[in-house]
Amino acid sequence: MRIALFVTCLNDTMFPDTGKAVVRLLRRLGHEVEFPAAQTCCGQMHFNTGYRKQVTPMVRSFAETFAPYDAVVTPSASCAAMVRDWHPRIDSGAAPVASNVYELAEFLVDVLGVTDVGAYYPHRVTYHPTCHSLRMLKIGDRPLQLLRAVRGLELVELPDATECCGFGGTFALKNSEVSAAMGADKVACVRATGAEALCAADNSCLMHIGGILTRTGPDVRTVHLAEILASTEEDPHE
Amino acid sequence: MSEHATRDRGRASMPTYLGMPPFPEAAGKAVADTRLRGNLAHATGTIRDRRLSAVAELDDWDALREAGKQIKDHTLEHLDHYLLLLEEKITAAGGTVHWARDAAEANRIVADLVRATGHTEVVKVKSMATQEIGLNEALAEEGITAYETDLAELIVQLGDDRPSHILVPAIHRNRAEIRDIFRSRMPDAPADLSDSPAELAEAARRHLRAKFLSAKVAVSGVNFAVAETGTLVVLESEGNGRMCLTLPETLISVMGIEKVLPTWQDLEVFLQLLPRSSTAERMNPYTSTWTGVTPGDGPRDFHLVLLDNGRTDTLADQVGRQALRCIRCSACLNVCPVYARAGGHAYGSPYPGPIGAILSPQIRGIGSPVDASLPYASSLCGACFEACPVAIDIPEVLVHLRAEAVEEGPKHPLVGTAMAAAGWTLRSPRRLALAQRLASASRRLVGRRGQIRRLPGPLRAWTDSRDAPAPPPESFRAWWKRTNGGRS
Repeated sequence: MRIALFVTCLNDTMFPDTGKAVVRLLRRLGHEVEFPAAQTCCGQMHFNTGYRKQVTPMVRSFAETFAPYDAVVTPSASCAAMVRDWHPRIDSGAAPVASNVYELAEFLVDVLGVTDVGAYYPHRVTYHPTCHSLRMLKIGDRPLQLLRAVRGLELVELPDATECCGFGGTFALKNSEVSAAMGADKVACVRATGAEALCAADNSCLMHIGGILTRTGPDVRTVHLAEILASTEEDPHE
Repeated sequence: MSEHATRDRGRASMPTYLGMPPFPEAAGKAVADTRLRGNLAHATGTIRDRRLSAVAELDDWDALREAGKQIKDHTLEHLDHYLLLLEEKITAAGGTVHWARDAAEANRIVADLVRATGHTEVVKVKSMATQEIGLNEALAEEGITAYETDLAELIVQLGDDRPSHILVPAIHRNRAEIRDIFRSRMPDAPADLSDSPAELAEAARRHLRAKFLSAKVAVSGVNFAVAETGTLVVLESEGNGRMCLTLPETLISVMGIEKVLPTWQDLEVFLQLLPRSSTAERMNPYTSTWTGVTPGDGPRDFHLVLLDNGRTDTLADQVGRQALRCIRCSACLNVCPVYARAGGHAYGSPYPGPIGAILSPQIRGIGSPVDASLPYASSLCGACFEACPVAIDIPEVLVHLRAEAVEEGPKHPLVGTAMAAAGWTLRSPRRLALAQRLASASRRLVGRRGQIRRLPGPLRAWTDSRDAPAPPPESFRAWWKRTNGGRS
C-alpha cells in the first residue's frame, strides 16, 4: 500500500509537529509514508467563504498530486471532509482520489485495523469532537478508541462535547464576537474537566480554543490527536 | 412603511425589517447582553434535550424524515398542479382563493377584504407568513387594528417588540420582563400581577377572551394545505387558534405557496414530524382543519391568500430550493450555537436562526448588506442539518449563498484582495514555501512564549479575544526537505 501524507496548509505552515507525528506514528506501525511536495491546500477556506473561482484549480491540483497513491492520510477531519464531500461535486474527475482520503483516526481504525498504537502519554486528557469529524466525516468514537488504548492517559469526558467551539474558518473573523463567545463557553467546559490537555483531530479548532486558553490562563494545553498517538515512553511528546 | 419601501429592493420583501444592521454588528451587540444570553441558553437548552427524547421514541424517525423530504420535493416539483387543485377544491367548498405576487399585493388583498366587512379590528393566529409581509403594520396604515392572540406573540406585540424565534417569539424575555410588559401595557392586567407562569397565563387568557368573543374577522397562517380536498390545517398549543378559526364571521388565511401537500396520507407524515421537532410533543394540543365554509358552523366567509413573495425565484435555484421544504418547526434554531448567543433579532428578519440565514437572502435577494451577511452567520457546524425533520442541508445552502454573495452582493475589496492573494499563494507549492519562510522569519518579531497577543489590520478581530500562535521556525515541507522526511 502506497501511503501519502496530506499534511494540510495550516499544519504545514503553523503546526509542523503534527505532520511529523503522523510520519513517526505510521513508521512505528510499519508503514512508510510519502510527502508529495506538489501538495498545497484542499481549498476549504476559499470554498466555505464563497470564493469558488479559486477552488477549482486547487481541487484539480489535489487530484493530480495524490493520484498515484492507494491511501491519502491527513491529520485534519475538516480537510478530509472537504476533499471527500466536496471535491467530487466540484470536479467529477476528483472522485477516485477523494475516496482514498482518510482522516488519521479513520485510517488507523478502519484501514490498518489498530486501536492500540503503542502510545504512552501520562496525562489527564479531554477530547473535543470537532464538528466536521462528527457530522461530516462521522468518525464517531474512533479517536476515543485510540485514546483509551494509550498507556498512562486518563481520559475525562468533556461536558457538552458536541457543541461547536466557534472556530468555523473565516467565521472566527467575520463574526468574531459570536465566535469568541462560543469559544469561551467551550473553554469553560474544558476547564471543568480538570484536564491538563485538550485533544482534537483538527488543529484549526485547537488554535481557536487554545488561543482563548492561553489568553485566560496557563492551565490547559492543546494537543493534536496525532501527537498523543506518536508519543512513546522512549520518545515522549515535548 | 411606505409602499415604495416594500418594492425598491430584492425580489420580494419583508417590509418591517428593512434597515436592520448586518448580522455581525447586531450579533456583536446581542452577545454582550448577558440577560439575553441567559434567557436564550436556558430556553434552547431545555427544548434541545426534550426534542432528542421525543425523536428517540420513534424507531422509524429516519424513514419519516426521508418521507417528509420526498413528499416536499415531489410537491415542489409539481407545485403548479397542486396549487391549482387546491384552488379548485377550496372554491368548490365555498371559499375564495387570491394569488399574491409579493408582500405589498398580499397586504392590499387582506386590507381590502377586512375593509369590505366594515370592521376595523381583527384577531390573529400566530403566523410566520403575515410576519414576513408585515401585515399588522400594513393594516394599521389602513386604520385596522390586528390583535395577536398567541401568548408569546401577544407579549411581543404589547412590548412593541419583534419576534426572535419562529415558535417562541418571546424567547428572549424572561418571566419578570413579561410581568412588567403586562403590567404597563395590558389595560386589564391585575395591578398585583406576579411573575408566576400560571398568573401570567391567566391574565393573558382573560385579556384575550374578550377579543375572541367580540372579533368578527380573523387572520391566520396555514401549516399545511391538503390539495386533494382543499383542506387547510393549523397546528397550535394554546387553543387561541381554534377560537380564531371558528368564532369570527370572516376568516382570512395567508399561506406561502410551498405549504401545499398532495394528500391526507402525506399530512400524516408531517403530523408526526412537526410536533416532535418543534415543541418536542408527540402531538400538539390543537390541530384544526377546515375546508371552505360550512353553513351554520364556523366562519361564513373564507378567503385564502396564496403568497409567492420570492418563492418562485427560490424554486428556480437547484441548491437553494430545498429551503422551501421548511415546515417552520424551529428545531434548527434550538440546536444552533450561533442563534443561542446572537438571539433572533440579529438576523434582521422574522425568520431567524439557520433557516432564516438561508431563507431571508433567497426571498429578499442578496443585494442588501444584511442579506449578504446572513449566509456567513454560521460556523458550518452542521447541527441544524442533523436536527432538520425534512433534511434541509442548511450548511450546503449557506455555502452556496456565500458564493452568490461574493458574486452579487455588496463588494468588500479588502477581503476580495486578501482571498485572491491567499488563493494565488496556495495554488503553488513554491509560492506557499516562500510565504512559509517569510512567516517563520517574522517569528522573532512577535510575541513571547510562542503566542501573538495582537495582530494588525483585519486580523485584530482574532486577537481581540484570542492569542494567535507564532509561526514555527520551520514549516513541515522545509523540515521534510531538510531531513529527507526525518530519515537524515
